[in-house]
Amino acid sequence: MTSLQSTTPKVAVNSPEPEVGQPVTRNEQACHDLSIRVRDLSLWYGETQALKSLSIDIFQKNVTALIGPSGCGKSTFLRCLNRMNDLIPGVTIRGLVEMDGFDVNAVKMDEVALRRRVGMVFQKPNPFPKSIYENVAYAPRMHDLVSRKADQDELVEKALRDAGLWEEVKDKLHQPGTSLSGGQQQRLCIARAIAVQPDVILMDEPTSALDPISTATIEDLMDKLKQQFTIITVTHNMQQAARVADYTAFFHLGEIIEYNDTQMMFSSPATKKAEDYITGRYG
Amino acid sequence: MSQSFDDISAQLRKRHRKSARLKWISMGALGLAGLFLVLFFADMLGKGLPAFQQAQIQVEIDYNEEAQRMGRAALDPEVSRLVSRTFERLIPGQIRDNPELLGTTETRWVLADSQVDQYLKRHRHKLNEAQQATVDELVEEGRVELKFNTTFFTTGDSKMPEASGILSAAVGTVLTMLVTLAIAFPIGVMTAVYLEEFAPDNRFTQFIEININNLAAIPSILFGLLGLAIFINFFGVPRSSPLVGGMTLALMTLPVIIIATRTALRSVPDSIRHAAFGVGCSRWQVVRDHVLPLAMPGIMTGSIIGLAQAMGETAPLIIVGMVAFIPDVSASFTQAATVLPAQVFTWAGEPERAFVEKTAGGILVLLSILIFLNATAVILRKKFERRW
Repeated sequence: MTSLQSTTPKVAVNSPEPEVGQPVTRNEQACHDLSIRVRDLSLWYGETQALKSLSIDIFQKNVTALIGPSGCGKSTFLRCLNRMNDLIPGVTIRGLVEMDGFDVNAVKMDEVALRRRVGMVFQKPNPFPKSIYENVAYAPRMHDLVSRKADQDELVEKALRDAGLWEEVKDKLHQPGTSLSGGQQQRLCIARAIAVQPDVILMDEPTSALDPISTATIEDLMDKLKQQFTIITVTHNMQQAARVADYTAFFHLGEIIEYNDTQMMFSSPATKKAEDYITGRYG
Repeated sequence: MSQSFDDISAQLRKRHRKSARLKWISMGALGLAGLFLVLFFADMLGKGLPAFQQAQIQVEIDYNEEAQRMGRAALDPEVSRLVSRTFERLIPGQIRDNPELLGTTETRWVLADSQVDQYLKRHRHKLNEAQQATVDELVEEGRVELKFNTTFFTTGDSKMPEASGILSAAVGTVLTMLVTLAIAFPIGVMTAVYLEEFAPDNRFTQFIEININNLAAIPSILFGLLGLAIFINFFGVPRSSPLVGGMTLALMTLPVIIIATRTALRSVPDSIRHAAFGVGCSRWQVVRDHVLPLAMPGIMTGSIIGLAQAMGETAPLIIVGMVAFIPDVSASFTQAATVLPAQVFTWAGEPERAFVEKTAGGILVLLSILIFLNATAVILRKKFERRW
């Protein structure tokens, strides 16, 4: 197979040609309400094009995993969804990222409002150097979601419970968040993200700095959280994608090569490139 | 072909000798620096500590008719030459304010003349034989003593060394530093915040950056000229006042605070900023709630050191008229005032021997304050240093 052919998604023989942005195969158990619609999204760092005309539909209350070799643009794409790329000088973005009928990149779109609805968890746990309580309470208070102290306490407890951290920290809420272990810190960051009740949570390799046990805890958590939130996660670990994701998108050199139901992606990928990557021939 | 251990050792010997030599040279340099420091402190302490003691004399004051015109008449002619003239001058006024004093007598400890003080401290003095004999006699009787020099801390400058003190200079320093801090700290910190957190990295901001760094290296006397030209001549700020001095020193301290603040802001990891942006903070909220609190120890350390530097500065203040004879403690920001290093400078230029110890005493006070300030900076840094 020549490289020219391999860059265009090849559809599996038995599946119909997918529409633009749609997965090759549908997971019939998954929810298919649209959360984020991306069309022809391109991004340049200065002169270098990092994303090449991506189109993808991301569904609500699913875990969508973005996989691919290093430098393929999956983290860059993730940061487009809450406009974190705005912080990097010299970035040019073209194309449509649509959420709830609004163009995310429109001039009149306030990135603060966007990030209020699209939370983010980073690769390295980065709790604020404040108390555990304050880490969770800060954002809701800032967005005026709570006014009374009692409501705030309740919200902190709920967020920490949802993040599976409450039992471990309920007696030391006023100790610094940085005193927790790495895995606990990452769950604190998740609690911080869900405390403002966003629609979408972006996770940028959330377990790559964690040990296997903490990783398993976070994976279980993602499974629970998808009942309330749309989760988009970048991962280097393909077993992790296979375990937690409903849909998986395979990125290569700034393009989405294949977007498919996770089970199909890992059992019978529609494209040669994805197959080579998944079977470990490169990456 | 591989080398034997013998060959390698022979080569190494030379290298080891070289490193040993360098080690001794650097230790020598350190020792020399230490020696200078010890010498300096010993000299200052030796010269300055006597300034904290002052000769006092017990005299009988006779509030008679003549003393209403000339204070000296109230004292026994034998000791009147040994008493500080500042005291004698006050007597007529006291009688005027309190007429019932007239005709009474009173025995009191009063400030002795500086020559008596210098004689007791075995320094060069101008007492004649007869006066020396009188002083010796009075010392025997316990009527002349060296006592703790409260005058030094409670009065301003005077042309008579025994009556001169550092209070007016200390108050002037406090007022000047308040002005400096009030101007330089907010402007410096906000400038640094803008450059570090908001400004795009382009030619214009780079140009500003280079100029701020250059500003820190400008001879301080030029800031004095700027202060004279702009603040005094153009804006008409009263000369010699803590206001104009503080504004001039603020110009000098600004680059120090800006550079220190930028360094402190840069040391706050980006992960904190990303976390804050990620939960939907605006840029200002990121800075106010997350970056500034983390950078504050560094900012305070830098500001205190900048302030300490400004506090020890004399050159720019010469130009704005703060190096002057200021006997009165200034009560406002617009009254004429002087500052501690300027006071030291003034005393150092006095011809009388008794001012030498005042000079050293003033230096000791200034040094103690500076050491105190720097220690505060170190403690603040240690106390608020946080891990993340």
